Amino acid sequence: MLRVIVRRLLQLVVTLIALSALIFIWLRNLPGGPVEALLGERATPERRVLLTKALGYDQPILVQYGKFMQRVVTGDFGNSIRTGDPVTEVISRAFPATIELALAAMIIAVGLGVPLGYLAARWRGRSLDNLTIAGTLLGISIPIFFLGYLLKDVFTQNIHWFPPSGRLTTGLDNTHVTGFFVLDGLLTREFDASADALWHLILPAITLATIPLAVIVRITRASVLDVLNEDYVRTAEAKGLRHRTIRGRHILRNALLPVVTTIGLQTGALLSGAVLTEKVYNWGGLGTLITDSITGGRDYPVLQAIILLAALVFVVVNLLVDLSYAFIDPRVRVR
Amino acid sequence: MSLLDVRDLSVVFQRRGERPFTAVDKVSFTVEPGQTVGLVGESGCGKSVTSLAIMGLLPKRGNKVGGEVLFDGTDLLKLRPNDMRDRRGREISMIFQDPLSSLNPVIPIGVQVAEVLERHQGRDRKQALREARDLLDAVGIPDPQRRLSEYPHQISGGMRQRALIAIALACKPRLLIADEPTTALDVTIQAQILTLLKQLVDDTGTALVMITHDLGVVAGLCDTVNVLYGGKVVERARRHELFAHARHPYTHGLLNSVPRLDSPRGERLHAIRGSVSDNIPWTEGCAFAPRCDNVVDACLEGPPPLEPTATGGDLRCNNPVSEEVTVR
Repeated sequence: MLRVIVRRLLQLVVTLIALSALIFIWLRNLPGGPVEALLGERATPERRVLLTKALGYDQPILVQYGKFMQRVVTGDFGNSIRTGDPVTEVISRAFPATIELALAAMIIAVGLGVPLGYLAARWRGRSLDNLTIAGTLLGISIPIFFLGYLLKDVFTQNIHWFPPSGRLTTGLDNTHVTGFFVLDGLLTREFDASADALWHLILPAITLATIPLAVIVRITRASVLDVLNEDYVRTAEAKGLRHRTIRGRHILRNALLPVVTTIGLQTGALLSGAVLTEKVYNWGGLGTLITDSITGGRDYPVLQAIILLAALVFVVVNLLVDLSYAFIDPRVRVR
Repeated sequence: MSLLDVRDLSVVFQRRGERPFTAVDKVSFTVEPGQTVGLVGESGCGKSVTSLAIMGLLPKRGNKVGGEVLFDGTDLLKLRPNDMRDRRGREISMIFQDPLSSLNPVIPIGVQVAEVLERHQGRDRKQALREARDLLDAVGIPDPQRRLSEYPHQISGGMRQRALIAIALACKPRLLIADEPTTALDVTIQAQILTLLKQLVDDTGTALVMITHDLGVVAGLCDTVNVLYGGKVVERARRHELFAHARHPYTHGLLNSVPRLDSPRGERLHAIRGSVSDNIPWTEGCAFAPRCDNVVDACLEGPPPLEPTATGGDLRCNNPVSEEVTVR
């Protein structure tokens, strides 16, 4: 098991290095750039050259990349071109917000998706099943930004159930410990802040959860249908076991294997979905930071760091998924 | 009173938009306490469906079960699902054909044995595991303590079937239904498993319903044999009677198709011509008629009745075989 982890971590390092090079080259070949953004369209050529030189963008790209990597290994991602703040600081402010949102979305998707998928399979062909299938199709095909604005319009403008945007009601002050506002409130016993943060979290989390939810329902349903036909479920029935035991121990445990894999793969969907969701709900996370960094003048240092971080999150989550797979299914352990 | 008295059991599969299919057609047979009864026939004759119907394990939808299954006087078909659940694994058990797929791949063997004891005997996990170890020992699994924490893929096919037998016999049921328990095993292992089953049912007094297409299994084990064809019993006889004087042309054909070591070199193996798909519906005559060498006009006029024979069995045939078949 340890060997597997070590091997995967080494693969992770290689992945990240390759990815960093790709991002570096790709970003610098985008039209526009920090110089144009900072100086505006009417700057003189002399000033452009001066600033390009000052930022180090006149050097060959390999040299730039080398310098970048040199600093990265010491944990220094440079400063944001837009605000001048250290990139690590900018990101550590936004990162917890996105993780909080993504986690909430995943909790909704798994917590609702697995039972729904199970029930749909159990009642295959009945109205609940048909309804679920139609619902998941809608969930997969509806664009996030559209659903986001729709929910926002209905639940914040027409019926005022939820706040329209932000992570916390303005004026309400909370102590930052972890950056996860709901958790912070619990840790510092500022329960009103916790409740307020949760209240703000619900709509964006539902918006972000729809696609993973639909996928998880479908995978669970298909997987449970497979398992229901397995001989060992018939054996369990022949033993006269209680329905509960059969469902939990013999059906769901086996059926969840593909679902766990899906959860890992959906992390990617969550991260990209977060960009749109955060924009709609003005959620101060990585997604907002990405859009601002692109539209606000190609903030190379911030963008590089965010994309690397997103890749890191994706790979680490999938590593965890693989490890949990081995935990659930003993047959995987042998390999 | 018989332990199991199956009366006119019928199973009709009915899918929406399809013609109903009668898999089991008014099958009746009895099992006395401690007796071993064989249900014999080729694939598709309804023997597995019969056993699943007795166990109440047929899918909830898409089929209609008729008749009575009296177990110790109680009609199992009329029991509420939860009452049947209480009896399964405790009074009636079943073992299946493929031991690998019949065990849950992600749960240790020990738990799979122990959970029956927890369910029906009210044992806690620790006590149940201790008894599970003794059960594994009793079915001849070496080093049972270690097996408790092993998974099905880690043990051999023969051991898996032994584990399933241990599960089925854990609560000392009065009836065990074995659905082709040796089909998926090597020939050498088959003999071991059959010997084990025979010894266990003899020791515990458990009655055994043996479902098989293998006449060798019948010869070694069964007291009484029911031969099924097209969902109906076509011949019933005591074992020796059946092997000595098979009367139904189908049974006869089955016995003749067994390869023999003492047959002359180069002699062709006898086969029953055609296949199950040639059957005619019983309403139009004998389902076996299109494949039968002894067919007479009466066979195509309606289903022949099941009538008692002089030797104490039953036979459903208008023109039975009279020639003697030597015991294998």
